[in-house]
Amino acid sequence: MIPSAFDYAAPATVAEALGVLADAGDDVKLLAGGQSLIPVMKLRLADPAMVVDLGRIGELSGVRDDGDALLIGAMTTHHQIATDPLIAEHVPLLAKAAATVADPQVRHRGTFGGALVHADPAGDMPAPVLAADATFILAGPNGERRVAAADFFQGYFTTAVDDGEILTHVRVPKYAGWGAHYEKFTRVAQQWSIVAVAAMVRVDGGTIAEVRIGLTNMASTPLRATAVEQALVGAPLTRESIATASAHAAEGTDPASDLNGDAAYRRHLAEVLTKRAVIAAAGL
Amino acid sequence: MASSKTITVEVDDVSYTDNVEPRLLLVQYLRERLGKTGTLIGCDTTNCGACTVHLDGVSVKSCTMFAVQADGHNVTTIEGLARDGKLAPLQQAFHECHALQCGFCTPGMIMQSASLLAENPHPTEKEIRDGLEGNLCRCTGYQNIVAAVQAAADGTVSADSTVSADSDETETAGVA
Repeated sequence: MIPSAFDYAAPATVAEALGVLADAGDDVKLLAGGQSLIPVMKLRLADPAMVVDLGRIGELSGVRDDGDALLIGAMTTHHQIATDPLIAEHVPLLAKAAATVADPQVRHRGTFGGALVHADPAGDMPAPVLAADATFILAGPNGERRVAAADFFQGYFTTAVDDGEILTHVRVPKYAGWGAHYEKFTRVAQQWSIVAVAAMVRVDGGTIAEVRIGLTNMASTPLRATAVEQALVGAPLTRESIATASAHAAEGTDPASDLNGDAAYRRHLAEVLTKRAVIAAAGL
Repeated sequence: MASSKTITVEVDDVSYTDNVEPRLLLVQYLRERLGKTGTLIGCDTTNCGACTVHLDGVSVKSCTMFAVQADGHNVTTIEGLARDGKLAPLQQAFHECHALQCGFCTPGMIMQSASLLAENPHPTEKEIRDGLEGNLCRCTGYQNIVAAVQAAADGTVSADSTVSADSDETETAGVA
């Protein structure tokens, strides 16, 4: 399958890329790893007049220590996220989720930032980033602006990134002493999540001191399982208390029905997977 | 009208400079421009892995990349694995373990297995199966594919790996 013809630019810096975007008009797409964009272009579901390839911009790739947080370049690949020692030490939730994305070849090309801006409800990176309370750093014609994860995801395949802007980095706080797990439910290999749950837990003595839970594919955007979080804080660290709290996992969700499962089934999955994710994150 | 771009790509240790349309997929460039038809197109939708090649040493699906993205980079295809007339150990292992039936998935399976072993030289059986998640074999010959990767990792393949011009040899491998 061959995409429609397009003009192509491969700028070397973010500043140059912003200039290209400013001149390109409306019908332009940014190309990151291309593992979602190129398939939809081949299917002609997208046929942009211009493609701006971010793959030559070195400053957008890699993970670095930024004090109380990690600064992750938008072009960092899923494979890098899954294997990076700083992420393994400070936000292992991201590594565990990234290791479940698609398959090894796709993880070698697909990027952290590309997946977040694509904002597929079934994609695996948005829920962990929401659970981790990350901050999105956008470059635009009027300079840089920062968007909280809670405000970033706005609907199906829709984010706070405006025309003419580029996601350059994601700043993720460090979670020292927290356990983490990403529990993903699929039927076959290399599938998108039917439902998945991202959980981080900090245990103090025999009690759950803090907990953060993100839900994948339970609405048009990733969601926090707020009712479960509230029920768990201060609860004893037992399977029973986690099971009781996890029964609230589907509250406030709005899952789709499709060939992989109807909405009621997804609500059931959210409860079961939340229980499993929290138990694993807490090390029980 | 979209203008063409000049790219320089090193493929299997040879440098090529060509004008390409931006929409030309890497797999089409390899097969149709360079004649490297050892890399196959299966599903053409990023699922089957038949088109797997190495980009700067790591596996990628060449149907899901534009040739212009490979400008300045190094590509290795299945045709670049054999050295000095000798099959690579993984190729020899696939041969000896009868890890191919129709053979269509084989180039992608071998390229992905090579990338897997580069990252994890001594994988468990589960790690091999997970590592081949993005490669489909419609003959469902996965058992022997996994065995071949294990044999290559264990170094238990034969040293007699001369590339044979007589393709009949492949037909009977593993039957005797």
